[in-house]
Amino acid sequence: MTRPSPAVVAVTVLLMALAAAPLLAAATAQPFVLFLLTRLMILAIAATGLNLVLGIGGMPSFGHAALVGVGAYAAAIVALQTGGGAWTQTFWAVAAATLAAFAMGAISLRTRGIAFILVTLALGQMLFFFAAALEPLGGDDGINVPATFAGDAGFYYAVFALLAAATAATAWVRATPFGMALRGGAVNEDRIAAAGIDLPRVRLLAFAASGAVCGLAGALTTFHTAFVSPAAMGWSRSAELVAMVLVGGAGAVAGPLFGTAAFVALEELLSGYTTRWHLVFGPVLVIVVLAARGGIAGWIDGRTRD
Amino acid sequence: MTLAFEQLLNGLQLGVLLYLVAAGLTLVFGVMRVVNLAHGSFYMLGAYFVVAFASWTGSLMAGAVLALAATTAVALVVERLVIARLYRREPLDQLLATFGIVLFFDELAPLVWGPAGLTLALPPGLAAGVQLLPDLAVPVWRLVILAAGGLVAAGLGIVVARTRTGAWIRAGAADPETAQTLGVNLPLLFRGVFALGAALAGLAGILTAPLLTVQSGMGNDILVLAFVVVVLGGLGSMRGALAASLALGILDTAGRAALPELLAAVLSPEAADTAAPALSSMVVYVAMAAFLWARPDGLFPAPRR
Repeated sequence: MTRPSPAVVAVTVLLMALAAAPLLAAATAQPFVLFLLTRLMILAIAATGLNLVLGIGGMPSFGHAALVGVGAYAAAIVALQTGGGAWTQTFWAVAAATLAAFAMGAISLRTRGIAFILVTLALGQMLFFFAAALEPLGGDDGINVPATFAGDAGFYYAVFALLAAATAATAWVRATPFGMALRGGAVNEDRIAAAGIDLPRVRLLAFAASGAVCGLAGALTTFHTAFVSPAAMGWSRSAELVAMVLVGGAGAVAGPLFGTAAFVALEELLSGYTTRWHLVFGPVLVIVVLAARGGIAGWIDGRTRD
Repeated sequence: MTLAFEQLLNGLQLGVLLYLVAAGLTLVFGVMRVVNLAHGSFYMLGAYFVVAFASWTGSLMAGAVLALAATTAVALVVERLVIARLYRREPLDQLLATFGIVLFFDELAPLVWGPAGLTLALPPGLAAGVQLLPDLAVPVWRLVILAAGGLVAAGLGIVVARTRTGAWIRAGAADPETAQTLGVNLPLLFRGVFALGAALAGLAGILTAPLLTVQSGMGNDILVLAFVVVVLGGLGSMRGALAASLALGILDTAGRAALPELLAAVLSPEAADTAAPALSSMVVYVAMAAFLWARPDGLFPAPRR
């Protein structure tokens, strides 16, 4: 049996800490911590979805926050218009986001490199403007949605289970022939094509699957906050998701979880001092990008190997 | 007829502003292969600076000149501190690092100039209308915008095609290593091109400041449209940027003007009222998607290097 890599150990420890957190929160009477950790885990699910295309598939999408938003809005519309329950909301959120991702992927995958990034960004922004113009759903201001779950520990563990499942699914997909083709395409398109693999189809499927995961995260966001707004769909939110995946370590199974944890921790730390925390966060992001490669997952693995 | 002409002018004005932003973006990409998300910040800074300097000097022209200089100065600092370290990095690294710059400036602006939006009143001479048609008067300032766009497009065309500096820029875009071997001062060229691009974005911000509320984040919306322009025109192509800017400007304006009536013809009035703003804001993006489907490399694809 091979020894598990340090990153695998670290992600296991992180997941165990998350599992134990509700007990700690109850003991210290800090329900805010639970709210924060739920938000962290939902973001980590969205980042895991993005990691499938960005990290594993080498397709840098800057439109994924919009896909999360499509899921969030679909869940909200189901709740507001039909009064449907959590399952119905989740189903339509995943379906709508998958469809949106399929369309976004079909268009953007016709381009390469920088153009791909800019096209995903523009298409995400199109969805953002569409949501902002939906006056019956509050337009720019967003709208309150009937609460599906009353911030209980049950919801926390449901989100936790979904995050663990998404992380495990990433590890599984990486090792399947589909995942191999996807990873190979990120390294050398021509060789994958020469091996007789229909790379465009593989990539489009991955993009749609990634949209499904983000749609799930969107539905969870709606459940969690009982509120939807286009502000969460803008390109700067997509860029934040990309930052989480890259800072965590693109392509690494645990990358999204590390990156999201670092992001949320830094946000909490800085916003504790000032509401203008972007003033510090911006330069920190610049320095991290200039200084680091391989992200947190790469750093943990690399440091112990030396 | 008058209405159509007025919409055409509106479309051209949006197109010209887009061109000023997109020209710098595509120039910087063409020569340095850097995609700069902070390009919209220079647009925003230009607008903030002109409001501040115009009220300080009491003159719009002096304010505009100072604002242009200040924006360029900030761009040179940003180039030295961050951009110069990104020239050989992955596109994703470039985007994330410049995204950090966006966050910084979007937070710095309200800190310096206050969280409320600023407005800039035009002097009477520039706000006065010019009677273009019997029943259509257009403020002088809007003609100034169109003229500035035309001058910049012509000036850039002449500089790039006919001057020694232009030859350096073309050489830098075609093959930077060879250009350096042949004596082009590459770091200086890169710095100059970056400053020029930022100045153009700043100029767009200065021109647009009297027409809208100057506020934090204003650069981000036009930046995305400028990206659409750059992709549609062909990455790195100046004439592509010009053609795509004007086309998008006119298309966007026409869509916003015509869609409500078109929808009202096929939908109930209530449904049309709801759908029109949502759909008209999507027109340019749908057009982009359709165009890229047919020509993924844009209007004037740049030769690969």
